[in-house]
Amino acid sequence: MYQYDAIDRQLINQRVAQYRDQVSRWKSGEMTDDEFRPLRLQNGLYFQRHAPMLRIAVPYGLMNSSQLRQLAFIARTYDKGYGHFTTRQNIQFNWPKVEDTPEILAHLAEVDMHAIQTSGNCVRNITTDQYAGVAADELIDPRPLAEILRQWSTFHPEFAFLPRKFKIAISGTREDRALTWFHDVGLHLQVENGEIGFRVLVGGGLGRTPIRGQVLREFLPWQHLLSYCEAILRVYNLEGRRDNAYKARIKILVQALGIEAFAERVEAEWAQLKDGPATITQAEFDRVAAHFAPPAYSAQEAIDLPLEKGFKNWVDRNTSAHKQPGYAAVTLSLKKHGVPPGDLTAEQMEAIADLADQFSFGELRISHEQNVILADVKNSDLHSVWLLAKKNGLATPNLGLLTGLICCPGGDFCDLANARSIPIAQAIQARFDDLDYLFDIGDIDVNISGCMNACGHHHVGHIGILGVDKNEAEFYQITLGGRQGNDAQLGKVIGPALSASEAPGAITRIIDVYLKQRHADERFIDTFDRIGIAPFKERVYEGRTHVTSKLDLLEAA
Amino acid sequence: MAQLIKNQTVTVDGWKTLEIAANEAAETIALPSGDVIFPLPVWQVRKAEIISTHKRIGLLLQPGDCIKDIAADLDYFIVIAVNFPKFVDGRGYSIASLLRQRYQFEGELRAVGDVLHDQLFFMARVGFDSYALKDGKNVTHALKAGFSPFSDSYQNATNQPLPYFRRRAA
Ligand code: SF4
Repeated sequence: MYQYDAIDRQLINQRVAQYRDQVSRWKSGEMTDDEFRPLRLQNGLYFQRHAPMLRIAVPYGLMNSSQLRQLAFIARTYDKGYGHFTTRQNIQFNWPKVEDTPEILAHLAEVDMHAIQTSGNCVRNITTDQYAGVAADELIDPRPLAEILRQWSTFHPEFAFLPRKFKIAISGTREDRALTWFHDVGLHLQVENGEIGFRVLVGGGLGRTPIRGQVLREFLPWQHLLSYCEAILRVYNLEGRRDNAYKARIKILVQALGIEAFAERVEAEWAQLKDGPATITQAEFDRVAAHFAPPAYSAQEAIDLPLEKGFKNWVDRNTSAHKQPGYAAVTLSLKKHGVPPGDLTAEQMEAIADLADQFSFGELRISHEQNVILADVKNSDLHSVWLLAKKNGLATPNLGLLTGLICCPGGDFCDLANARSIPIAQAIQARFDDLDYLFDIGDIDVNISGCMNACGHHHVGHIGILGVDKNEAEFYQITLGGRQGNDAQLGKVIGPALSASEAPGAITRIIDVYLKQRHADERFIDTFDRIGIAPFKERVYEGRTHVTSKLDLLEAA
Repeated sequence: MAQLIKNQTVTVDGWKTLEIAANEAAETIALPSGDVIFPLPVWQVRKAEIISTHKRIGLLLQPGDCIKDIAADLDYFIVIAVNFPKFVDGRGYSIASLLRQRYQFEGELRAVGDVLHDQLFFMARVGFDSYALKDGKNVTHALKAGFSPFSDSYQNATNQPLPYFRRRAA
């Protein structure tokens, strides 16, 4: 992975000093709350329900074992002994004290980590595929360009106060695993006439107004990545709406202008910037790419894996195909039944760091599904990894299964929430606790968000669950048929929102319909595409007399 | 009175800014004499008059103003002030970048309005060279620390036309 050099280190150390000074000026009253707010957000510090929350950047989800050990130390020293991995490949601590945050950032800087631009109206953490560099279906490794983009966007003076947050995702595989269609800018690496470049998507997003991105440019040679992003951001910075936070994302601007007019503006701006100093040099690309050279793989003989059922289940679900023969990418599930999805204790962090050191070249990745990946494990080590993972509660073989669900922190932690999401996740996990049954149900993505900000990506879940607030009570709106990937789609609302006590039962009913209707080996999403939403809807609302309130009618419409 | 920072020191501001009250119009407002910063609407309708009565002319831009409209006039201005109605409104940074990089404006570029300590570094990077620090803010500390939180930057901007990767020792 990328190793910091003198300049990278100097900048994050100076950031710590700057932030320390900001906190002390705020404490002394020299700076008002309103003046401090955007500054602390750009250092990942939120003030929420019980305590502040600190979000730490894990650029494109990649980190090494010493960094994870440092996070364990921070969890133990400054938090309640655990951390939470997010759908944006970052980690959050839910219980730090504000006064401690400069010290936490200083500890992070010791291991080349920071919280820069993890929140606020600026360019956020660049995300990519968790299997970057090892995926069997990868065309081009996105990480070098993701790192170049990270450096460019760090403290960009022109784009620190955008109308709203700005998220960029890069994918280099045939099958998009980085949700690129639903980012402010999505970049698909591809090769055209022997030249490497990007298809540039713009204006996608989930949240309150979910919109699939549109193609802004079919092909952009890689050298122009920074100048082209500068053009997009300049148009957005000058023209994006600032009068209404809900209408301030770039997707609204793209919708308002239309993609053609928006593209014209970007191209006109880019014409002035193209081939300027921001053009990425081959030397810089090579310098950064050298950090992502494949690790020292060794030749592996073909082996037969043990046939033990528990192990086999785990291999089937939680490992994936690797470029290098004899190796596999292992997913450690942070979705153990009964534990808030994405949560990891300090002890587990240390155990993972040990596993990474022993079995995967000392590196690991965070996925947007909120799991941890050991990307380079020898097949012959899988059984040992499984045993150790199991011992540490990290081997639930539910990747891509019903209980491997994605879930935001929701009302238990988050101030914006309409409803809690963790108890719903846990109720579902309790209902579907039988592994054989889970395997029988098979591939299904369940995504839960506590409000329309959609941190749990509910729109793209095969089953999406969204917390809504009705007369101060927690309700949940269910969508079906959403999906990620190349044919990414938004789910359709099944009907009126359900109460917290009804929602888990509704999931059972939905699964019942699927099991009854499926053809042999048909996945949930395929059955859904074949039979449509009606049978599910009927079953979920069976026995209900009528759609009752006005709100319900609105939602049903 | 805002405190004007220029050339790394606090200076006395010789310019006054013409303000248009609610009951006045750009077409008819009285033009004060001396060194005056004129709002864009006044400049647009009274250009000839201003040029004939004022030797040194300043212009005030709001974040929504279109620079293209005055691209041909830039040589008239000794100073262009860009207003930040709220510090979180970042349009002024793009306006400054464009004035310096695209239109080669070489006069004084002044940040006015909600100008605070923690934005000075970014403002200097995009090409501002004078700063009307908001009333009541600690100008000594701003001068000492506000411009130098970072000793270098990755990306090119007005005050450093080369990105760091083009300046790395080979
Ligand atoms: S989806 Fe809503 S409730 Fe959940 S973390 Fe995001 S903002 Fe908070």
